[in-house]
Parts: sequence; C-alpha cells; structure tokens
Amino acid sequence: MLSVTNLAVRFQTRRGPVDALKGVNLEVASGEILGVVGESGSGKSVTAYSIMRLLEAGGKVVDGTVRYGGVDLSDPSENQMGNIRGREISMIFQNPRAALNPIRRVGDQIGDVLRRHARATRTTAKAEAIKALEAVRIRDAAARVDAYPFELSGGMCQRVVIALALACDPKLLIMDEPTTGLDITTQKAVMDLVADLIRDRGMSAILITHDLGLASGYCDRIMVMRDGEVVERGTPLSLFTAPDHPYTRRLIDATPRLGARIRELLPVEARTPMPERRVENEPLLEVRNLVKTFPSRSGPVHAVRDVSFTIRKGQTLGLVGESGCGKSTTSSMVVRLLDPTSGQIIFRGEDLAATPASRFARDPRRARIQMVFQDATDSLNPRHTSRQTIAEPLRRLGTGASNDRIAELADLVGLPLPLLDRFPHQLSGGQKARVGIARAIALDPDLLILDEPTAALDVSIQAIVLNLLIDLQARLGISYLFVTHDLNVVRLLCDQVIVMQGGAIVEQGPAEQVMRNPATAYTRSLVAAAPQPPALGDAAQ
Amino acid sequence: MSVTTASPGTFSHIGYVLRGNPVTLLSFVMFAILIIAAVLGPVLVPYDPLASEAANALQPPSWAHWFGTDNLGRDVFSRVVTATRLDLMISISAVTLSLMAGSVLGAVAGYWGGWLDAVLNRVMDTIMAFPLFVLAMGIVAALGNTVENIVYATAVINTPFYARLVRAEVNIRREAGFVHAAKLAGNSDIRVLAMHIFPNALPPMMVQMSLNLGWAILNAAGLSFIGLGVRPPTAEWGIMVAEGANFIVSGEWWLAVFPGLALMFAVFTFNLMGDGLRDIVDPRQRT
Amino acid sequence: MSPRLRGILFRIAQAIPVVIGVVIIGFVLTRALPGDPAVYFAGAAADAASIAEIRKTLGLDLPLPQQFLIYVGDLLRGDFGQSISTGQPVTADLANRLPASLELTLVALLLSCAIAIPLGVMAATRPGSLIDHACRVLVTAGVSLPTFFTGVVLIYLFYYLLGIAPSPLGRLDFIYIEPDRITGFYLIDSALAGDGETFLAALRQLVLPAVTLALFTLAPIARMTRAAMLGALSADFVRTARAAGLTGRTVRYTYAFRNALLPVVTTLGMVFSFTLGANVLVEKVFAWPGIGSYAVEALVVSDYAAVQGFVLAMAFLFVALNLLIDVTYTLIDPRIGFEAS
Repeated sequence: MLSVTNLAVRFQTRRGPVDALKGVNLEVASGEILGVVGESGSGKSVTAYSIMRLLEAGGKVVDGTVRYGGVDLSDPSENQMGNIRGREISMIFQNPRAALNPIRRVGDQIGDVLRRHARATRTTAKAEAIKALEAVRIRDAAARVDAYPFELSGGMCQRVVIALALACDPKLLIMDEPTTGLDITTQKAVMDLVADLIRDRGMSAILITHDLGLASGYCDRIMVMRDGEVVERGTPLSLFTAPDHPYTRRLIDATPRLGARIRELLPVEARTPMPERRVENEPLLEVRNLVKTFPSRSGPVHAVRDVSFTIRKGQTLGLVGESGCGKSTTSSMVVRLLDPTSGQIIFRGEDLAATPASRFARDPRRARIQMVFQDATDSLNPRHTSRQTIAEPLRRLGTGASNDRIAELADLVGLPLPLLDRFPHQLSGGQKARVGIARAIALDPDLLILDEPTAALDVSIQAIVLNLLIDLQARLGISYLFVTHDLNVVRLLCDQVIVMQGGAIVEQGPAEQVMRNPATAYTRSLVAAAPQPPALGDAAQ
Repeated sequence: MSVTTASPGTFSHIGYVLRGNPVTLLSFVMFAILIIAAVLGPVLVPYDPLASEAANALQPPSWAHWFGTDNLGRDVFSRVVTATRLDLMISISAVTLSLMAGSVLGAVAGYWGGWLDAVLNRVMDTIMAFPLFVLAMGIVAALGNTVENIVYATAVINTPFYARLVRAEVNIRREAGFVHAAKLAGNSDIRVLAMHIFPNALPPMMVQMSLNLGWAILNAAGLSFIGLGVRPPTAEWGIMVAEGANFIVSGEWWLAVFPGLALMFAVFTFNLMGDGLRDIVDPRQRT
Repeated sequence: MSPRLRGILFRIAQAIPVVIGVVIIGFVLTRALPGDPAVYFAGAAADAASIAEIRKTLGLDLPLPQQFLIYVGDLLRGDFGQSISTGQPVTADLANRLPASLELTLVALLLSCAIAIPLGVMAATRPGSLIDHACRVLVTAGVSLPTFFTGVVLIYLFYYLLGIAPSPLGRLDFIYIEPDRITGFYLIDSALAGDGETFLAALRQLVLPAVTLALFTLAPIARMTRAAMLGALSADFVRTARAAGLTGRTVRYTYAFRNALLPVVTTLGMVFSFTLGANVLVEKVFAWPGIGSYAVEALVVSDYAAVQGFVLAMAFLFVALNLLIDVTYTLIDPRIGFEAS
C-alpha cells in the first residue's frame, strides 16, 4: 500500500548539510501496523514528515521514491499532496494540546477538514464533526464540539486530534510519538482506542515511538532506526527473541522490563558485578503527617494530604504516581524548597520543617539533602560551565572548590575531564545528567532526591545513568528518594515504593511485592497500563 | 571569587561573533566612528562650531565648508561633528540610568511577586499611560530646561521597558531547575537572583538596550526640536534640524539635512548593534 | 457571569488605579512648572497685595493636598480650568483642536497598517525572498527615522523641489473655507457636506504629515507582524492543519494569521502611544493646529491649565484606547477571561 525506497533527506544547517535519512526503505501492507523505533536523532520522525512532505524549511528530499496505492508521490505538487493529506494519509502528533489551534473551536477545526475534502458542507459540518468526535468515544460530543482546546484535558485533546485525523476515513494513519507527555493510564486508553479504530476501519498505520515496549504491544512489524538508517526489521517476537543487529540487542537490553535486573540493561560487555549495598536499620528520614494546601480563588487545593513515610540509611524509596498526584510537591517539601502547611520532616532526629525554606539555604544541614532534577538541561545554568556548576555547592556550603575535588567528582560520575570547561549547550543529554549528578553528590549528602532523573533521556542513556546511580549509592552510602511515573524503573531501583493518588498515599510496601501483587485497584491499573515488551529477550541469552 | 566574569575565551568569542556576522561588524565600525567623533570631534573640526561669520551666511556645501554654512555663517560640518558628544552622552547616560532602575525593580517584582509586583505593575502602567514623548515634555518643562533634566526625563520614560522585560525574564526562570539547584547549593534568594537568574536575562536586554539608545537620542533631539532642553546656540542635532527647517522652504536644504542624517546614522548604528551585543553576552552562541 | 465578561470587567477595574495615577502625575507636573500663574493673571502693574489676592481666588495659598482635592473636584465636574494664552476654557480649546490631531493620527495609522501588515505577512510566508529582505531593511531603517527630520525632507522634496505638495501650513489652504463642523474631521465633514473640492484640498494638506507619521509607525508594525506570523506558522497546530490537507490559504489565514493578530493588536496600542507623542513634532513641522502644537505653545508660556489639560487628555485617550484593545483581544482570544481568574 505504501512503499518507500531509498529515501534520503538532507538538512541545510548553519554548520553545513546534515544527512538525516540515508536511503530508507519501508513498506506498509494493507491492514498492517508498522512500528518505527529509534532513539532521538535516529530519523524516525523525519521519515514520517518526508512521506507527508511536511519537512521544515531547510530539509529536502534528495533521493528516493514514495509510492502510495500505486501512485508515485516522489515529487508531488502541493495540490496533489493536499488531496492526499487528511483523505488518504493522516497524521497525529505528540503534544496534542499544541497540535490544535488554540483560538478555534474544536468542532470548527474538524469541520475545516471535512469541508476541505468535501465530506461536509457549511451546514452539515457541525453535525459531521459531532459524529467524528463520537467515533473517538468522546462522551457528550454535542457539547464538546463547541469547546476550545484549553478547556479540554490532554487526553481529550489527543482524542480530538485523532478525530480530526480520521474524519475523512484515510487509509493510512501515521502516529508520531502519540502518547509522549500523557499519563500512563491515559496513554493506554488512547492507544487502545486508536488500535480499535484502525482494526475496525481496516486501516494501515505507522507508529513512531522511542518506546520498544509500546511498539511491541501494538505493532505487527517493527523496524529499528539509527542515524538515518534502518538497522533491523521484523515481528516484535522475532526482534526480541533473536535480534540480529548489535544495536537492536542493546536497545532491547536497555528497555526496562519485567524480570530484568538493573545490570542487564547495559550491553553484555559493560555488565560489571553489582556492588555490595548496605541498608541499615536506622531511619534517616521520617516524614510525619505532611500536608500541603495551596490557596486558590476556587478554594483551597489539597496537593498533599497527610503523607507519612520513612527512609532508612542506604535505602531507596520510590514515589510513584501520575501527574498531579502530589509526588513532586512532596519531594519539594522534603528537599526544603517548599514549606509544608503542617507535618514534620525529621531528618537524623531533627525536624527540618521547623526551619522555613527561605532560610534553609544557609542552614548547615542544607548540604546533607540534595537533589537531581528531572530535566538536566533546565537544571544547569546556561551561563555556567560544568566546572562552575559542580564548584557552586562546594564553594557555598563546602570547604572550597579545589580542582582536585572537581576532577574526582567528574571521575565518579564518568564525565570526561575535558568536558568540565564546556557550557550546557555543548553537552549531550547524558553528559548533562552526569554534571547534574556530580553537583548533587559534591557535598557527600546523606539523602538524594531523584526527580525523574532519566525522564528526558534515551533508553540507552537511561540504562547507564540508572546503573551509575546504583554504583554511587553503594560507594557513598546515600539514601535515595526516587520520584517517577515509570513503574518499570521503580522495580529496578527501589527497595520500597509508595503509590500516590490525589495527594494521598494509596499503597506502600516493598517494591517487588507492590509491583507483583498490587493491593489496590489503582495500583493494579497503573501496573497493567505500563507497556511490557515480551520478556523473551533474556531467554535468548 | 567571581564565577561569571570574563573567561580567557571572551575576547576570542567577541572576535568570533564579529567575524560570523558582517552586519554586526559593520555596526561596530559605525559605533567606533561615533565614539571617535564624540571624543576627538571638537579637536578635529576645522572651525569653531559657535563662531558666526555674517558675511559667509547660508553658503551651500563647498570645499571650504563641506556641509555648507548656516544663517549665521557657522560651519555646519563642525557643528554636526561637535554635537555628537552631547547627543551620545544624553542617550547613553539616560539608558544606563533606566537600565539600572528597571533591572532592580523588574528583578525584585519578578522574583518575589505578590503586592510588590502588583504595585510596580500599576506604577509602570501609569507611566506607560502617557504618550511617552508627551511625558518627557512635561517632565523637562516642570523640572527646567537643562541637559540633566533631559537625561532624567528620558530615563523615566525608558524604565518601564526594562522593568517589564526583566520582570518577565526573571519570572519565567523563577521555577527553573537551575534556580532550585542554586538554592540547594546554598545560595540565598538575593544571590540566586543576582548571580543566577539576572545574568540569563542579559541577552534580550542587550537588544532592548540598543533599541533604547536609538529612542533616547531621538527623544532628546525631539525635545530640543520643540524648544525644550538644550538651548541655542549649543550645537545639537535636534536644534540644528529645527533651525534648518525654517530655511527648507526656501531651498537651503543643507542646514537641516546634515544634522538629520547624523541623527539617523547614530540611531541606525544602535539598532544594528542589538543582535551583535546579544550574541556577545549569550554563552549559547559559543561553539 | 461568563468568564469572558468577567475578564473584561477585571480589565476595566485594572485601569482605575492607572487613571488615579495619571491624575496625580498631571497635578504634580503642573504644580512643578516654573512661573507663577498668580503673577501672570495679576498683570504687569500688580503689587504684592493684589498678587496675594489673586492667589487666594485661585486657591493657590491653600496647602497642596487641599489644592489637589479641589482640582479633582473640578475635574469631576469637567472643569479643566482656563487657558492663560487663549483666554478660553481648556475643554473648549481641546475640543477644538483634538479632531485635527485625531484625524492626522488615524489616517497615518490606517495607512501604515494597510502597508505594514500585508508586508509582514508576505515576508513571513516567503522567508529569504526579496520581499523578506525588503521588509527587514525597511524595519531597521524605519525605526531610525526621526519624524521631524522625515517631515522636513518630505517638505523639501515635494513642496520645494517638485512643487506638487501644498505649502505645509495647517489643515486647509487659506483660500478654502472650513467645512461646517459636524465631527471636526475635515475629511468627513467636507464629504458629508458634499464639498468635493474642500475634501481634496484637505486631503492634499493631510498627505505629507500623514505619510511622515506613517513612515514612523511602519517599522514596529511590520516587524511584529512578521515575527508573530513566523511564530504562528511554525506552531504545531499549523502542522496539524497542513497534515489534514487544508489548503495553504486556509492554513495561512484562518489558522496562522488569526493567531498572529493577537500580538499585533498589542503592538498597535504601543504604536498609538508613540504616534501621539510623535504628533507633537509633526504638528510643529507642518504647523498643524492640533493639540500637540497647542501643548508646545502652552509649555513655552508656562500655561498651567492648558498643559495639564493636554497631558490628561492624552493619557485618558490612551487609557481608553488600551481598554479597547484589551477588549478586542478578549474577543479574539477565548482564553483571556480564564487566565485572569
């Protein structure tokens, strides 16, 4: 149905031409879902955009043919492409809220597409738009048709984007990271919906994702891309049982999954023995009845309601939940960036909540609790070199920043010394994460709050960073409070886990037990929604 | 020990920015010409800018008088060059004042928010509620016709731009990861604001500054054009255009055109410099 | 109450402290003006006693806070005081002269919007093209133009050299008779009176000053239009619209341009403020009998009430215009009322 041969795309950049695609071949048969998997920069999205001829300025298809249903689309006119887009091939995107026109009613936006492809007239557009919304199972579609995107939730916006894409019954749907940024349960609901619609309408689809687990759950065939080339293709089962290409092997290994241990995320040759780790019985941190209420015009918002937990010396506690569950507010209070409304934060026997956050910066205990931030890019001052960043806590709270100490820290986190004099924009994502970790451990803290430290990283980098964290913990005896939405990562790293919902703890216990036998319905739904790649990769070893 | 000051790479970085963008290079060359005229102008010019010579009045441009002579027989070229110092001084001091005031106010409002922010916003709204040139007219008229008062008036009307810009830049970074990280590293709020947040607002401020230098010079010239501020017979571009305007209808164009062109040259230079200044203070432009 | 209506009311409420601030600044400015009005009114032959007498009748002997209250009371009754130089009530003077300034400003703004907005849109839709470069040159050069200088050069070119423009003295050549006053706008009044000849004469007088002002406002409008349009065109929702097959026209206008309008409308408010300021200069160059030249004359003789009236009129005009812009904004952007709450 769709066949792409030898597709090559080149971008003109300020530093000369960059080949984003180097001869990509792909075929999508009727009724098939093809997964395109790769890490950032692999060219998976560029492939989709060049099929749709939606490349940004500066990008150009330099070679190759695209045939769709027997028609050659290698060099289409804008008019020809306009008739194909939306009617024959549709596309949905990540970040659904931004994908909709913010100042136009969603019904009008769907109506625009229907009228463009002569599926409706000015008078019937609204009724047809309601039908399109009903098709994606939006309840009360007749009311929602008049809503603006900002009035809808993220998951609802993605349904609208799907309705818009499917309004004119296209034969092929291209999905570019359709669930990135959505909560895990919403992700499952959206993906299940799309999969149903594709099956019911006998469509074909291309799913572009960085998540091998997601691709293997929904695709008939998967192709793995790296650096603008296809390295391997096959069914999910064949890929996981017998990957041919070493890169596929590495990618599969690095994907957190049931039954795998943390060292097994690394390539075989990098799997050093797990270091000894000592968890002591003595509690390091006791949080008692922590409450945070924010005032707002529509009444108080209870962000955290009566949360209590304990972290022992050398232990890792996972804090899990979907967005808005209060996990970030809790961790901000523990790290003393935010004052609790009530409750105690007892750290080595002293109540830290007694010192206001605004005065805590100059408190001697400041050095004992540090944090690794979610977005490494955002957490580094763009004007500071790595050296300045790592030196900052040493200079303010320590005994001074000697070059020896900075070099030692860089060595600990595996940051090559020449990178110390670079600015953040000159570093890769993994390197930035290492700088952030080096800064956090510079003062030998007792407790480190890890706020989704790998959320923005590719899986192979995530595997390395997670292992680095485990090694550091064993070496320095730090306790971790690990905040995340990714249950597969929790299972790898945490001893204990807390599941939060609506500001309260719904379940807590040993990580393995909570993951295997969740006691509450909410935890069960979270565990069920986490994509699981086939657990056969290990069997093939 | 300062962390953010010039590393050895600063000068090579400036060189890199200048080489990378010919427009920036051009604007810096133009700026150098203005500075030379301002510093050395009074020494270099062929005639005394104030010496009138009635016999030689209203002569068109010639070899002796490149820009011609005015109605009192003064050499227009000498007057135009001499005026550079006064005009540059007014605009640079006014912009420096408003930059400092606006930065402090905007940073404080953007970082702490609350009632302080609300009050500042209303005050800035009130200043901006006047057509700015009209407000400057009022201030100079009320305080008296002096060069310093032109500087103060210009500073007052430019302050809201910086205050708003800095406030916005500080506000979007208030919750940034690196700001939290700086607090965790033991920085007090004021240190975080001064050493971590504020320097990051510099690149857009450079662009604003270059635009404002242009406005400031136009504003000062406009005030003297309507008879406020600088008084004749001082050589100043605005006054010279105003005086020359009386002769334009009878065809003596050089009286008004040369000082006007000088004014345009200065404003144009400042406007062109904006992007270059931004690139110099922006570490992300480093490779 | 609908969130949108609440947004509008909230915006109006926000303007109240600004209006209070404007009144205070107007009061302070005029009290600080050099010169003593009592001396002026008393005349050249007055002795100290009669000056004190007049000071008392004018209320100038009272403490400042009390003077301020009296002044606010007068303002509320619509009494702006009496101009020293014209001997007329300031309100009458302003009413007389405001239409001249507004006519000039509005024609100039219409002219520059009609050129700058399409130019900015074209530059943004064809980046790197000739028109894009032309737009960038115009934008940088345009902000460098001193209005009074542009005016002088235009007079030299079109009046002295080419002789196609009328002499730059006011709104109407002296051989024509002013049209009957209905709106005070000569163009509208003469058109209403069906007097084509006067209409053309008024238009001929208006062209040069309007072009001078328009050249000044072209740059910021074109620049903001281009930037806003570029931003909108690279937004995700434009990509969605294109991926759904919508035509280039629909994408550009219904999707990108409408979103780009929001920042452009905001810029217009700013530009209007600049234009009112620049008006003062242009009116002086072209001897235009608007409130700008009225203010310049008043400043020269320290005409207290007139300056105060002018400053307040300008500020109130501007506050009202900003309100109008914000309300327009609320009508274009459905999100506004919700953000405010």
